[in-house]
Amino acid sequence: MTRTTLDLWVGIFVVAGFAALTVLALKVGNLSTYNTSETYQLQAYFSNIGGLKSQASIKSSGVLIGRVSQISLDSERFEAKVTMLIDKRYQFPKDTFANILTSGLLGEQYIGLMPGGDEKFLKAGDEIKKTQSAMVLEDLIGKFLYSKAEDSN
Amino acid sequence: MIIENLRSIGHRIVNAVWRIGYASRFFMLILLYSGVSFRRFHLIIKEIFSSGVMSLIIILVAGLFVGMVLGLQGYETLKRYGAESALGSLVALSLVRELGPVLAALLFASRAGSAMTAEIGLMKATDQISAMALMAINPIARLVAPRFWAGVISVPLLAALFSVMGVFGGYLVGVVLIGVDQGSFWSQMQSGVDFRYDIVNGMIKSAVFGVVVTVIALFEGYVAPPTAEGVSGATTRTVVQSSLAILFLDFILTAFMFQGE
Amino acid sequence: MSSQTLVEIRDVNFGYDSRLILKGANLTFPKGKVIAVMGGSGSGKTTLLQLIAGALKPSSGYVKVDGQVIHKLDHKDLFRMRRRMGMLFQFGALFTDLSVYDNVAFQMREHTDLPEEIIRDLVLMKLHAVGLRGTEHLMPVELSGGMARRVALARTIALDPTLIMYDEPFTGLDPISLSVVANLIRRLNDALGATSVVVTHDVRESLKIVDYIYFIADGVVAAEGTPDEIRASDKPFVHQFMHGEMDGPVPFHFPTGDYRQDLNLRP
Repeated sequence: MTRTTLDLWVGIFVVAGFAALTVLALKVGNLSTYNTSETYQLQAYFSNIGGLKSQASIKSSGVLIGRVSQISLDSERFEAKVTMLIDKRYQFPKDTFANILTSGLLGEQYIGLMPGGDEKFLKAGDEIKKTQSAMVLEDLIGKFLYSKAEDSN
Repeated sequence: MIIENLRSIGHRIVNAVWRIGYASRFFMLILLYSGVSFRRFHLIIKEIFSSGVMSLIIILVAGLFVGMVLGLQGYETLKRYGAESALGSLVALSLVRELGPVLAALLFASRAGSAMTAEIGLMKATDQISAMALMAINPIARLVAPRFWAGVISVPLLAALFSVMGVFGGYLVGVVLIGVDQGSFWSQMQSGVDFRYDIVNGMIKSAVFGVVVTVIALFEGYVAPPTAEGVSGATTRTVVQSSLAILFLDFILTAFMFQGE
Repeated sequence: MSSQTLVEIRDVNFGYDSRLILKGANLTFPKGKVIAVMGGSGSGKTTLLQLIAGALKPSSGYVKVDGQVIHKLDHKDLFRMRRRMGMLFQFGALFTDLSVYDNVAFQMREHTDLPEEIIRDLVLMKLHAVGLRGTEHLMPVELSGGMARRVALARTIALDPTLIMYDEPFTGLDPISLSVVANLIRRLNDALGATSVVVTHDVRESLKIVDYIYFIADGVVAAEGTPDEIRASDKPFVHQFMHGEMDGPVPFHFPTGDYRQDLNLRP
């Protein structure tokens, strides 16, 4: 085999390998939904985050607008502090409501943002004051049983 | 009798430790003498051809079948919980995180690693390596380092190709044959697989495997006794040791990379 | 040591583990000569070549090449010294993944910055010198034993070495190839003005081409002399070696216990 055909084959191999990596990144993975440079940061405190994980999606009206970047426990307020990265294209009023929701009955948990009516918008580093914690199945069942018991009384 | 056994066990342990030390020094020498390989890149290209390109077919075919099996088995299991739509996510995650890097490295070890060992071992047995040293050419720089870098470059690329073929295989079985919804297959996959967390970590894994497999293969060839039995024993050891090393390191790396958040 | 000496080996002891192979060997190779080093298998002839090339270190004594003690050179100087040496291995040791052309061109490409046209001319000249011009495109597996040996010889002289070492160059060759290789050794040595050391146990062929002969037995020089002196020698060792007798100073049997005892025979 002469050197030129050998080079050709190695070239095909390397190009195919990198093409495979690109397919993995764009088609299989979620790189296409990253927009690292154009995000701003918001915080929110929840009394219970349920099964929320970092990299979970943040949606508004069902549209993906950002991702959870960090979750930690605030040791002064004893609440979960969730840091979010929101796409710069989307601005939200100050009184926006953050909800931890579940996609489907057993699906992943995500944060849903419901815009309020305030004239001022949230800036980078601001805190979303109005939050609602995750629905925990045990609590729901507990409430259900409690109300049933009340009904029968 | 007991003392004799103990002594032979001790001897084997000392021998194993000695080999690990020698192999580490060998690895250092490869890195130290890698300059020549990069200045004359066609040496590496030639070796990428004989290790990487020659492994393409087995990697592509194996990837396709592994993906098809994943599609079939995953569907059977997910169906019980009514979660067939998660099939894409299951297939892609299994491949990108584990099966792609591990199986591609295992196949590379048995296809290209054993060939490397045999080649270097035979070169040594026929005095080619001594001849090179006496020509004032460092055999590690000229023979070993290009093969090492070819392996390190090839294995991650092969792993990526393996994963893509696997996803395609899963798609064939899941979507085309069984009829899982195409939209949910892809969207579940995209929301389930994270680029930095899953794909980059998978690539790091396979680069580590590439280093380990080629170092083992080249070392075994380089220290093989210059006889027919010596070389055949060395190729067997290459496959056994690199397979064990891949699986062991996979456990270690997985524990580091994918610990829960 | 005179300026006419290229290699000087003084009181060299060398051994693997506890077994001594060389026990105070003294040899001198003058410039421009072809010297044969003979001895039975395992007598340390190849070890001697490896000591000269610096692949092994003597336990005591020294090997000097062109006035420099080999085992005291650092890595860089040793490699510089090796560029002036050529070594022909027992079975040629051609690089099996390279063609004949690339084998001969190998050292030129590694050690010089010559343009490819000049390398091409040099390779053809070297191949012509061993009578194998026209085989450039062949791979080593396509060559016969004698041809492979001659290609290896062309590769050995690729950079015009001052010292050429031959490790058993006649092993496994038919009589015609054997005399071709033997004559090449002599002719190339004179043409290049080099010094050649031939390690061999082929007595008849080497007597025809060499200037001086060393016999090595039991790790020391057992006999030495010009071919004529060796032919006339009455030393029992030389006589046994020259005529290929089975038993003599070099015993047929491996030194071991009494045969009768081994078979449990009572006298």
